Amino acid sequence: MATAEIEPTPAPAASPPPWTATLHEWLVTVDHKKIGVLYVLMAVVFLFLGGAAAIAMRLQLWAPGLTLVPPITFNQFFTLHGTTMVFFVGMPILIGIANYAVPLQIGARDMAFPRMNAFGFWTTFFGALLVYFSFLVPGGPPAIGWFAYAPLTENSFARGPGVDCWALGLIVSGIGTTTGGINFIATILCMRCPGMTLRKVPFFVWVMFWTSIQIVVVMPPLTAALTMLEFDRQLGAHFFDTQAGGSAYLWQHLFWFFGHPEVYILVLPAFGMISEVVPVFSRKVLFGYEFMAAATAAIVFISLGVWAHHMFSVGMSRTLDLFFVAATMLVSVPTGIKLFNWLATVYGGKLVLKSPMLFALGFLSMFVIGGLTGVILACAPIDFQVTDTYFVVAHFHWVLIGGTLFGVFSAIHYWYPKVTGRMLSERLAKWQFWLFLIGFIVTFAPMHFAGILGMPRRIYTYGSDRPWEIWNQIATIGALIQAPSYLIFGYNLVVSLWKGDVAGDDPWDAWTLEWATTSPPPPYNFAVVPVVKSRRPLWDAKHPDDPDWKYE
Amino acid sequence: MLALLAAATAPENLSTFSPASPAAEWTRELFVLVAAITGGILLLVEGILFYALIRCRRRTGPADAEPPQVYGSKPIEIAWTLAPLIVVFVLVLLVGRVLWEVRPDPVAASAGVQPLHVTVIGHQWWWEYRYDSYDGRDLGGIVTANELHIPVSPPNGVQRPVYLNLQSADVCHSFWIPRLGGKTDLLPGRANTMWLQANEPGLYLGQCAEYCGTQHANMLLRVVVESPEDFEKYLAAEAKPAADPTDKVALANKEAFRSQSCVNCHTVRDKQDTRANGTFGPDLTHLMARKTIAAGMIPNTPENLKKWVFSPESVKPGCLMAGFDLGEKDMKAVIDYLTTLK
Repeated sequence: MATAEIEPTPAPAASPPPWTATLHEWLVTVDHKKIGVLYVLMAVVFLFLGGAAAIAMRLQLWAPGLTLVPPITFNQFFTLHGTTMVFFVGMPILIGIANYAVPLQIGARDMAFPRMNAFGFWTTFFGALLVYFSFLVPGGPPAIGWFAYAPLTENSFARGPGVDCWALGLIVSGIGTTTGGINFIATILCMRCPGMTLRKVPFFVWVMFWTSIQIVVVMPPLTAALTMLEFDRQLGAHFFDTQAGGSAYLWQHLFWFFGHPEVYILVLPAFGMISEVVPVFSRKVLFGYEFMAAATAAIVFISLGVWAHHMFSVGMSRTLDLFFVAATMLVSVPTGIKLFNWLATVYGGKLVLKSPMLFALGFLSMFVIGGLTGVILACAPIDFQVTDTYFVVAHFHWVLIGGTLFGVFSAIHYWYPKVTGRMLSERLAKWQFWLFLIGFIVTFAPMHFAGILGMPRRIYTYGSDRPWEIWNQIATIGALIQAPSYLIFGYNLVVSLWKGDVAGDDPWDAWTLEWATTSPPPPYNFAVVPVVKSRRPLWDAKHPDDPDWKYE
Repeated sequence: MLALLAAATAPENLSTFSPASPAAEWTRELFVLVAAITGGILLLVEGILFYALIRCRRRTGPADAEPPQVYGSKPIEIAWTLAPLIVVFVLVLLVGRVLWEVRPDPVAASAGVQPLHVTVIGHQWWWEYRYDSYDGRDLGGIVTANELHIPVSPPNGVQRPVYLNLQSADVCHSFWIPRLGGKTDLLPGRANTMWLQANEPGLYLGQCAEYCGTQHANMLLRVVVESPEDFEKYLAAEAKPAADPTDKVALANKEAFRSQSCVNCHTVRDKQDTRANGTFGPDLTHLMARKTIAAGMIPNTPENLKKWVFSPESVKPGCLMAGFDLGEKDMKAVIDYLTTLK
């Protein structure tokens, strides 16, 4: 033994480690890059699950009176679809990408708390599994809608343990998300490389800082509400048990106090991603960084005071309604400022229409529509008519797909070369983009009209006397156009690992620190801790004659 | 597009763009105005974007020099902060104006105003209506289900506002007749008030708009707006107790119904006694005055009644009414009795 230790047999350099070793390495990793990839992979898997439920629902609504999906199953599907897309796709994919990019962008070697980072991922993942475990319990998954209005969630109306799986799963994954938020705040405040003051962080980092604050503020109310629900269900409390004096109204306030800021948690990181991609592919510095930064903070503060616009039809006083109308309208101002600044960045640039930019342009042209239908919905009298209809369904899909998902695809196409060292296929990316864009519009545009024509959301079928069939058929066709785009995306992700062109360190001629290290980066990210003087350190390096720090 | 959205003919029309009440009219006008403003903003943004997309392209290779770097502009930033603020300020004022129009304070009965008060109770998955008062007259005792009759209130005549007192027996529901204005939720443990006022007689459809469980999709709403005379006739008919059978067969049919467990959930207001006094299901006193059964799902015909009593599950899967295999004879007796409840 002793000799063996002194003279180890030289291992053949080319042979890859056994798969068990690779698996073990990924399961126990505390490296922010690997954890980021795990988050994204988890989200992609759940994206396909949530998408499958959506396709099933769209097929059921193809014509009046179909019996393809039974009522209870349909109701379970839209509950799982919403829960999955918000908690197990949207948040993990954004947190995952940020997990990868933020430490690199600020020149750090890892997140502030690497072990907590791993804990955050695994709790999120196991929380998701717990929700899906409801398939195995009597009664199956919950059929309560993703905002789970009381008292439909109480024992009297939801007898099986499906609701318990749902609530406990969300509590567990919520804890993971909260630790992620704390970790980002600590990382961004304490781990920036020399020279990078808070005014000089890349814009994505700035946005993640504020998103994290929002996560830390609004996840606890959700956890509290879910805990109260479990107290009701398991310990005989009566918080929301209306038959024993509990309040259905209280649940709505608690849920939406989380639920509305949640929308911004889902869309702000996409704003950050767009703010990285648009300048690089327009070959221009981000227009109005300071105003963009202030607008981000303004969105975070104002969005904490708009939640009851989800509850206009609940019968609050007119005065209270008007307050929430004004607050909601107000939040559109900083959002508009952002949009104008992106346009000003594009304007006068020299656009490079590679895949990340295509998705970013998709974001710019589509998100504005979701934002503007939001302004329409903020008008309480209009909301009385179209809330809880397909108009709302169209609106929030336009925000969460037209905004978040376009932003995420842009970011994934942008950073994939950094993560893997290979380029994604531009040809496949273009196919994905056009199918996705067209399919998305064809799916969700008709829903506006179905809603205006009186179609409520969450109905498993409709009578043949209703004038909604044509709009539903167009929407279903749109969903079938969209579906292959996701498959192409998945295929591109996998096949480009082997077949993609070698990326090099800086394939996009970009300006932030992650492009200064190798692709993929070494475990320690930077051999030498970088020192920066401006928001675009690589611009400074590439243009020593005209560096940014002269202007900032 | 507006024409398209308003096109379908009544009563299949559920379009918020073909209003038949003052509230729905106000709302449509606000909708059109806000859609025009937001549409203008949309065109502006997309216009700039597409202009930039066409004009600002990197035509030469990567060796091309970078475009001028513009870091920002304070005046421009202030301009596009203030402009939306002004738009928002105006919109909030407009919304406030319309909000007070569509949610007015209830008006008491007086010359030229004949308010109708109805208590609406949402159940999984049907609607209970209890007429409280009309034109200051107490209507206590009129209970019906799934079809709400209200008097017309022509724009230039006697005002007949309808005030619905919205409550729920179980979970949250939402009352929504698109052509008569926006929706208001029914929350258990809370009473909401909603104002309805219909300009023209006719049948107006809608359905529950807040997810309320398995058969949310088939919790349909029917509002019949009729002339004041017809409405008075309706009230008079509904106020009467159930029709009293005279011949022997009919009496036997009634007894067959009363000996079944139907009476545990359903009420038939009867001169004889209060045997059928259940409140879990719809009041059946004047069942045949209603055009539909199963909360608007199917026409109220003897065949459908039979199908419904035998197997509600086959009509409305998951509904809370139990099926009864009464046997050929009793089933016929029960259905025959039900069809006498005019």
